[in-house]
Amino acid sequence: MRSITKWWKLIVLKRLGSSLALLTMVSAITFCMILLVPGDPAVTAAGPEATNEQIEETRERLGLNDNMLVQFGRWFAGAVSGELGSSLQGGTPVSQLIGERFPVTLGLAVAALVIAVAVAVPAAIIAAANKGKLVDRLITLVASAGVAVPTFWLGLMLVVGFSLYARLLPSSGYAPFWEDPLEWARFIIMPALTLAAAPAAEIARQLRGSMIGVLEQDYIRTATAKGLLPRAVLLKHALKNAGVPAMTVIGLQAAFLLGGSVIVEQIFGIPGLGALSITAVLQRDIPVIQGAVLVTAISVLVVNLLVDLSYRIFNPKVR
Amino acid sequence: MIETSERTPDPTADVWVEATRRAIQERESGYRRNTKERTKPWARFKKRFLKQRAGMVAVVFLLLVVLTAVFAPWLAPLDPNKQNLGQILQYPSAEHLLGTDDLGRDVLSRLLYGAQVSLVAAVQATGIGVLLGLPFGLIAGYAGGRTDRAIMFVNDALMSMPGLLLAIAIVGMLGPGLTNAMVAIGIVFAPHILRIVRGSVMEVKEETYIEASRSLGTPTSRIIVDHVLRNVRSPFIVGVSLMTGRAMLNEASLSFLGMGAQYPDASWGAMLGRAFPYVDRAPFLIIYPGIAIALVVLAFNIAGDALRDSLGRETRKS
Repeated sequence: MRSITKWWKLIVLKRLGSSLALLTMVSAITFCMILLVPGDPAVTAAGPEATNEQIEETRERLGLNDNMLVQFGRWFAGAVSGELGSSLQGGTPVSQLIGERFPVTLGLAVAALVIAVAVAVPAAIIAAANKGKLVDRLITLVASAGVAVPTFWLGLMLVVGFSLYARLLPSSGYAPFWEDPLEWARFIIMPALTLAAAPAAEIARQLRGSMIGVLEQDYIRTATAKGLLPRAVLLKHALKNAGVPAMTVIGLQAAFLLGGSVIVEQIFGIPGLGALSITAVLQRDIPVIQGAVLVTAISVLVVNLLVDLSYRIFNPKVR
Repeated sequence: MIETSERTPDPTADVWVEATRRAIQERESGYRRNTKERTKPWARFKKRFLKQRAGMVAVVFLLLVVLTAVFAPWLAPLDPNKQNLGQILQYPSAEHLLGTDDLGRDVLSRLLYGAQVSLVAAVQATGIGVLLGLPFGLIAGYAGGRTDRAIMFVNDALMSMPGLLLAIAIVGMLGPGLTNAMVAIGIVFAPHILRIVRGSVMEVKEETYIEASRSLGTPTSRIIVDHVLRNVRSPFIVGVSLMTGRAMLNEASLSFLGMGAQYPDASWGAMLGRAFPYVDRAPFLIIYPGIAIALVVLAFNIAGDALRDSLGRETRKS
C-alpha cells in the first residue's frame, strides 16, 4: 500500500512537471504572437489617427524598445505573478478585466458540459444497447449532424425558435449567478444548449463506440448468462469500463467549450471572456488578446491535468 | 575502353540487391503474400469505396458543390453584390427565389457565389496547415530523439490552446480579412497534421524494407520521398478531408464575427453574420447559409470516414 502511495506521488509530480513546462511554452507562444503584427506593432496598436507622440507612448507601454528576450522575460515574470499589463483602451489592468469576465465564461462552459454529458451518456447507452436498430441509427445520425452544424447557426435557430416565435426565453443578456440564480439560468440555458451540441455529439459517438466494444466481451456475456437484469449489465458492468475512454473525450472538450464560447457569447450578448477577446481583436488591443489566450490555455491545461489524474484513479490498469 | 556500368559485380551482393529491390517493390505495389486479395491498392481502394453508399453520396454532393462554385457566374440569376434598397429583406418570391438581404441583394446568387468563397477559403486554410505541418511532421517522425521531442513540445503547447480562440487572436495580430483568417486557421490546423504525419512516419520508419533501402545507401531525402511519403499518404488524405470540413466551419465562425470575409464578399459565414441583426424581421435569411455549411461539412466528414474505411488497414486505427 505504501509503495502505491509513493508511486502515485511520483506520477502526480511528473505530470505536474510536464504541465508546467507546457505552460511555459504556451506563454512563450502567446508572447510571440506579437511578432505576427505586420509592420510596427506600436503603430498598429496606437490606431490610424495616432500622432507620433502617441505611437511613442504606445511603444513604451508595450515595452517594445527592449530586446526580445528581455521583453519575454518581463512578460513571463508578470504573467507568473498575475500581472498581464494593461489594456491599450482605457488602461484597465488586463488581469482585472479577465478576473471580471472569466467566471461568466466558466459558468457557461460548465453548464454546457453538464447538458452535454446529461444528453450524451443516456443516448450512447441506448444506442449501444440497440446496435444497428432504428434507435441506434437515429442517434448516430443526430450525433453526426451535431458535429457538422455550425455552433453559432444552432444558436441563431434557437433564438428564432424560443425567443422570436415561442417568446419563452430572452434572446440576449446576462444576470450574475450569485445575485439571481434563476434569472441566470433563464439567460444561460440557450447559450449552454448551443455550446453543448458539438461536445454532446462527440461524447455520444465515443461512448457508443466503446460501449459496443465492451458489450462484445466475455464477461458481459457471463453477467447476462447468470441472469442479471439487462439494465444492471449495461449500467454497472459495461458503463464502468466504457466510461474511461469517454472521460478523455470530455477532457478534450474543455478546449472546445472555452474556445467555442467566444462565438456563443457574441450571439447571446454574454459579457464573458470571449466577448472581451473579440472586442480586443477588433480594437487591436494586444495585451488583452494575449491575456485572454493565456488564461484560457491555462484553464484547458488544468482541466486536462485533472482528467488525466482522475483517469489514473478510476482505472488502475493505466500506468 | 572499359565501361563502368559493365563492371562485374560481386555476385552475392547482386542477389542481395535484387532481393531487396523486389521486397521494396512488392511492399509498394501492395502485393501481399498469403492473402487472397492480390489486387493493387488503388483497385482495392476503389472497390471498397464504391461499396460505401454514404461516402459515395457525400463525394457526389461535394463535386456538385464544387461545380456550383465554379459555375456560379452562369448559375446565379443576379449579380450577388447588386444592391436594391427598394427591395430589402423580402421574403422568397418568384423574382428572388430565396428572398433578398438587408441591402436588397439576391440571396440565391449570394449563396451560389458564397460556395466559391467558402470552398476556396477552406482549401486555403488546409493548404497552409499542410505546408506548415507536413515538413515538421516528417522531420519529427524521421529524426526522432531530441529533434522530435523539441518539435512535439511546441506542437503540444499549440494544441492545448483552444483552436477558435487562437485563430481569433492570430487574426487580431494580423488584422481582419479572409486571407489572414485562413492563415490563422492554417496555423491552428498545422499541429494536427503534424501529429498525423509524424505518427505514420514513425510507424514505417522501422520497417525492414526501409532499413534495407537505407543499407543500400539511398540518400535520406530519396527514402523520405519514395518510401515514407507513400505510407503517410493514406492517413494524410483522411486527415485532410476531415480538416477541410472543419476549416469551413471555422471560416464561417470567423466571417460571422466579421474577422473573415469582408464587405461586400459573400461567404456563407459572412451572410449569417449580416443576417443576424435582422433575425426578427427576416428569419429566413439565416436558414439557407446555415444549411449549406452544415451539409458541406457533413459531406466532408462522411467522405473522410469512408476514405478511412476504404484505405489500408494501417489507416483505420487513426
